[in-house]
Amino acid sequence: MMAADILGFALKSLRGYSLRTGLMLLAMAIGVAAVVVLTSLGEGARRFVVAEFASLGTHLLIVLPGRSETTGGPPLLLGETPRDLTIDDAMALNRSRAVRRVAPIVVGSAAVSYRRRDRESIIVGSTREFLDVRHLTMAQGRFLPKIDPRRASPVCVLGAKIRQELFGADKALGEWVRLGDRRFRVIGVLASEGRTIGIDVEEIVVVPVASALSLFDTASLFRILVEARTREAIPLAQKDIIDIVRSRHDGEDDITVITQDALLSTFDNVLHALTLTVAGIAAISLAVAGILIMNVMLVAVSQRTAEIGLLKALGASGRCILILFVTEAGALSLIGAVLGLVIGRMGGWIIGRFYPALPIGTPWWAIVGALAVALGTGLLFSMLPARRAARLDPAQALSRR
Amino acid sequence: MIRLQQVHRIFEVGDQKVHALNDVSLDIKCSEYIAMMGPSGSGKSTLLNILGLLDQPTSGEYILDGQDVTALSDQAQAEMRRDKIGFVFQFFHLVPRLSATENIALPMVLAGVPVAERKVRVSRILDAVGLTDRAHHRPDQLSGGQRQRVAIARATVMEPAVILADEPTGNLDSASGKDVLDILERLNDNDITLIVVTHNLDIAKRARRRLHMVDGRIDSDTTTGKRT
Repeated sequence: MMAADILGFALKSLRGYSLRTGLMLLAMAIGVAAVVVLTSLGEGARRFVVAEFASLGTHLLIVLPGRSETTGGPPLLLGETPRDLTIDDAMALNRSRAVRRVAPIVVGSAAVSYRRRDRESIIVGSTREFLDVRHLTMAQGRFLPKIDPRRASPVCVLGAKIRQELFGADKALGEWVRLGDRRFRVIGVLASEGRTIGIDVEEIVVVPVASALSLFDTASLFRILVEARTREAIPLAQKDIIDIVRSRHDGEDDITVITQDALLSTFDNVLHALTLTVAGIAAISLAVAGILIMNVMLVAVSQRTAEIGLLKALGASGRCILILFVTEAGALSLIGAVLGLVIGRMGGWIIGRFYPALPIGTPWWAIVGALAVALGTGLLFSMLPARRAARLDPAQALSRR
Repeated sequence: MIRLQQVHRIFEVGDQKVHALNDVSLDIKCSEYIAMMGPSGSGKSTLLNILGLLDQPTSGEYILDGQDVTALSDQAQAEMRRDKIGFVFQFFHLVPRLSATENIALPMVLAGVPVAERKVRVSRILDAVGLTDRAHHRPDQLSGGQRQRVAIARATVMEPAVILADEPTGNLDSASGKDVLDILERLNDNDITLIVVTHNLDIAKRARRRLHMVDGRIDSDTTTGKRT
């Protein structure tokens, strides 16, 4: 039998049972579409996070109080509680030649109120450097003044959303707002930037670091953001930071320095694994579709017993019948898979319309994988019915009526 | 051309053995016209299936065209059926989703005959059975007689040596039954061996040679000089 005839015959019998074919195509298409959509979402999340990190600047180092170790072991009897990370520690980091900017950060939450309106908000205590380190821009007014970080000052900068909620259409600059039990004058409003990692800058209030420390009644910084001079200077900056802090902390290594690159690749790996997991779960639906194909092919074989007998009488060998049925299943899964691919891409596109921030993209391996699994399960699960058809006794098949 | 020697066919139904063919020996020469008769269960369908290579004898020898076919592989037997044997069934057995043309072309499709040649042969054969104007109708758009003519066209398109017809007129009214027999006999005039299984004595009388089967044996084998 010629290949074109085999395909033609298979397609014709698929068309001959259009409802059955339609349902099977649907099952296959849903499976493939699920794989495509879910991996697209995972991949979108990964790209989103990577892009966010990149927007923070890749020369960034983050200094955390406390030593985090991945090795286990019993806790130390002494020095269990890490020493506070202070503003002076932060200022001392400027001594390193590899460091360009240092922004100490205190984070807490407090009620923000203006006249009778109030809401809970995240308060970030920092210095003027924060603006440059986080690549933020101002919508109105100025950012924090360039003053000695140890000095408190009753001024604040509002996130765009906080400003909107407290002031509405009214002028905010120069007004006094209450943070917790203190009053601060609004000197600027941040431009809306969308989200950045961890904190939504639209919903923060920035105050001088010393003011924040006294507001939350603490001496320890939440963390210190350090910008290295160049990308190449990052390892040197990391070493300098550890050395400087150790000398200030009586020779103890009680801080953790995370580089942006390390963080980025960790997130990248985690999200990649997540995407793979989700794809695997979606692939189960493909296997289910494969079993469905087997089921329906079995029904088809018993439905078409007479036809199989006839084909044998007309000179089709068992092998030929096998090829015909497997081709039918293969065509079914391939068409279903392509359909699913189109539906999946459309689904991704629609999600992209609703969440434009998410850079939706289907990784090539998901497309190839979905097609391969669809075709593979289709062919695999059609083997049993096809072999049953091939072994059918033609005399009995023809006499059944 | 066809030689059966001491052919037995035993079916196992449950734990019972049914002796469908019991020591059948038969010689059929080229271009013979044979009618096979006998009551239900006498083994005539089984014999036809074995002659058509749709069934294997439990024991015995079947020689077709000088070749022992019981020893052949599935593939080789399929090719034998395709090239040497044409089947005509009581219930036509047309593929419902295919048009008359496509049904007739089916054996050539299985044999891998080139498309151009298929067209030529199908149109010639459609003309021979008088169905040129029905070429693109599906079976459900054809009458019983027309369907059987399509089935005969399909059986002859590979120019077989033998045509095996199992009650070819059993499902037809007498007028279309006569048409169908006329076509089959015309083929026989062109030296195709024709074997017809029938219950109908009038039909059987048209054959030159008549086999009568009872309980898996050939009870009588009579040959008359010529067709009446």
